[in-house]
Amino acid sequence: MEHIISVIVENKFGVLSRVAGLFSGRGFNIESLSVAPTLDPSMSMMTIVTKGDDRIIEQIVKQLNKLIDVIKVVDLNESEFVARETALIKVHTKPEDRAEALRITDIFRANVIDSTPTTYTLEVTGDVHKIEAIINLLQPLGIKELARTGRVAIAREPIRPAAVQPKRVAKE
Amino acid sequence: MKLTGAEIFVECLKREGVKTIFALPGGVVLKIFDVLHQQKDVQVILTRHEQGAGHMAEGYAKATGKPGVALVTSGPGMTNVVTALADAYMDSVPLVCFTGQVPTSLIGNDAFQEADNIGLSRPCTKYNFLVKDVNDLAVTIKEAFYVATTGRPGPVLVDIPKDVSMNKAEFKYPGSVSIRGYNPTYDGNKWQIKQAAEAITKAKKPILYVGGGVIFSGASEELLELAEMCQIPVDMTLMALGAFPGEHPLSMGMMGMHGTYWANMAVHYSDLVIAVGARFDDRVTGKVSEFCPHAKVIHIDIDPTSIRKNVNVDIPIVGDCKRVLRELNQILKATVNGEQKELRKPWWDQINEWRRAHPLAYEQDPQGSIKPQHLIKRLYELTKDRDPIVATDVGQHQMWSAQYFKLAKPRRWLTSGGLGTMGFGFPAAMGAQAAFPDQLVLCVAGDGSFQMNTQELATAVVNRLPVKVFIVSNGYHGMVRQWQDLFYESRYASSYLDTTPDFIKLAEAYGAVGLRAAKVSEVDDVIKEALTVNKPVVVDVPVDQHENCYPMIPAGGCNHEMILADPPELKKKQAGVKEAGEDKDTVLTA
Repeated sequence: MEHIISVIVENKFGVLSRVAGLFSGRGFNIESLSVAPTLDPSMSMMTIVTKGDDRIIEQIVKQLNKLIDVIKVVDLNESEFVARETALIKVHTKPEDRAEALRITDIFRANVIDSTPTTYTLEVTGDVHKIEAIINLLQPLGIKELARTGRVAIAREPIRPAAVQPKRVAKE
Repeated sequence: MKLTGAEIFVECLKREGVKTIFALPGGVVLKIFDVLHQQKDVQVILTRHEQGAGHMAEGYAKATGKPGVALVTSGPGMTNVVTALADAYMDSVPLVCFTGQVPTSLIGNDAFQEADNIGLSRPCTKYNFLVKDVNDLAVTIKEAFYVATTGRPGPVLVDIPKDVSMNKAEFKYPGSVSIRGYNPTYDGNKWQIKQAAEAITKAKKPILYVGGGVIFSGASEELLELAEMCQIPVDMTLMALGAFPGEHPLSMGMMGMHGTYWANMAVHYSDLVIAVGARFDDRVTGKVSEFCPHAKVIHIDIDPTSIRKNVNVDIPIVGDCKRVLRELNQILKATVNGEQKELRKPWWDQINEWRRAHPLAYEQDPQGSIKPQHLIKRLYELTKDRDPIVATDVGQHQMWSAQYFKLAKPRRWLTSGGLGTMGFGFPAAMGAQAAFPDQLVLCVAGDGSFQMNTQELATAVVNRLPVKVFIVSNGYHGMVRQWQDLFYESRYASSYLDTTPDFIKLAEAYGAVGLRAAKVSEVDDVIKEALTVNKPVVVDVPVDQHENCYPMIPAGGCNHEMILADPPELKKKQAGVKEAGEDKDTVLTA
């Protein structure tokens, strides 16, 4: 099953390679990885999308925690979360396709961020299905270049009506 | 007052209480060696190869419990020490390895003797540091010792560029350091410990499966108390030998691939496995899906990643073995009474039956060639009163040593477990001898593995490290040959050594003493003679070339399906004679 793991790490050189080395050395897979500093510039947040059964995910979380430069690990799948990805898509547009490209842009609430007589560059943000859907629709027009950020995700703030007890997550 | 990086380095070692380092110089660390040369507090043992330095530091650390320290140069110096780092990482040995690096301005320029020390050592160290500024040197060294020795111990590498050792900075040594991403858990979860105590009280067929973690945490006393109080048999892994007294009636000896029959049978038929400081390595579990199929599993370990990595665990307890066992014993003291002994009588009857059925055995023909087991058994019997430290290399001789040396105390057993590094034993023995100059230090080696670090004979002679090396010479890489016998129809591809040096002459060439036992009747005498010499001694003992090590669980086999002797067709091949009838018990499936 796919899991999104959010990892707070020390913002210093070599940390990315420690995390990447852990995944390659132990045969875990990385679907996508995004890194950027947090509000505190001494730390960075990595959002790692990975796949595995429960035992593998448990090992991934534990092994990440074991790395000395890792400060906090959260498996977002343990609760509700929202995930988004941004894609920049450069589409070939023949004169007769330009209107269609704009219609697709509109449907997906994407933006045109650059334009030439023969191309549009679109920016679209959404969950992974949305990104894949717009790519599918644009493909017949001809995608010249594509850049995706990989997913970032954040836990949903739980809504706790007075009557509902917060669910406790069992830990060792 | 401002000190150079090199002076800061030496000051830091003194503050950490380092008495001995194992080192080999080179261009970028000359400044450090120059400062070391002008002081007397830290002894520098010059090795002949950086791998030797690494293993000596490991032997020192395993025997003392203090971190071992190695210092090597950049490039090839560092790459040569990688094997020792990987070995220490697998076996959780606290090691601080300092490597030289080209000046910071040249890093990344493919300078002379440059290697990416941080990149090379990342997967085989617990942590590593590149010091880019001399002002960070002292705190980095403090952090290195802190990380190496706390939590699950391991090797740490500190890479020091040449200019950092030359530049000056104000010296301040921090009293303590804390790292926000590193907070090992020492105290076990109380509720979980209570669950464990309950399970132990109820179990009819419990077994303790103890690993090297018991030694690192110094939990031998607590282990003894637990085992005696609850009458639980104690299976030891290769790394744990000595954690529990080998001749104690509750000791089952070693478990695993070449463990005793009864140790493996007991773990297979147990209803409660209490794993303490062990990691369910494949050499212990065999076929992991059928490891202790009838048992509930309690797992006590300081490293959370060890838990549920290979097998499912019912009661996981993350914490330091000593603290957890102490707390567990506290609870059990109140609940345990004579009932458990009664409850477990059938279990002990069964274990004793297993013991009687297939004891460790070999046949020594007094006129025939020396059996390796005989040599090792006699070596144990003739030295046990002197409480020796025993180092081994890797292979058949290692397994026989593990079977026949029933060590009474922890930190007497130096062996390479996880990585299985041939060439480990001799330098490791020297490291232990450097720490304990007056103790008897033995090294059991193979004729194959001894040749992997023979050059350190010079180090032993020069530094007066009177290690006693016993070479079990069978002319083969014996364990490889054994696997070829069993799984490759005795096709000895590249396992026959063909020529080995005359080890007596070799020892003498280095200024050590060389001895040999050629006949069974000479074994005792040569051992006694070696013990009287206050110099490094190499004893060459040519043994039966085709003796194999049993019991054996084939890789991936189940623990209760051991091969107990050479299979009949192999025996026939070797003996060239057909002896009907005697082979019926060779492969025993319980």
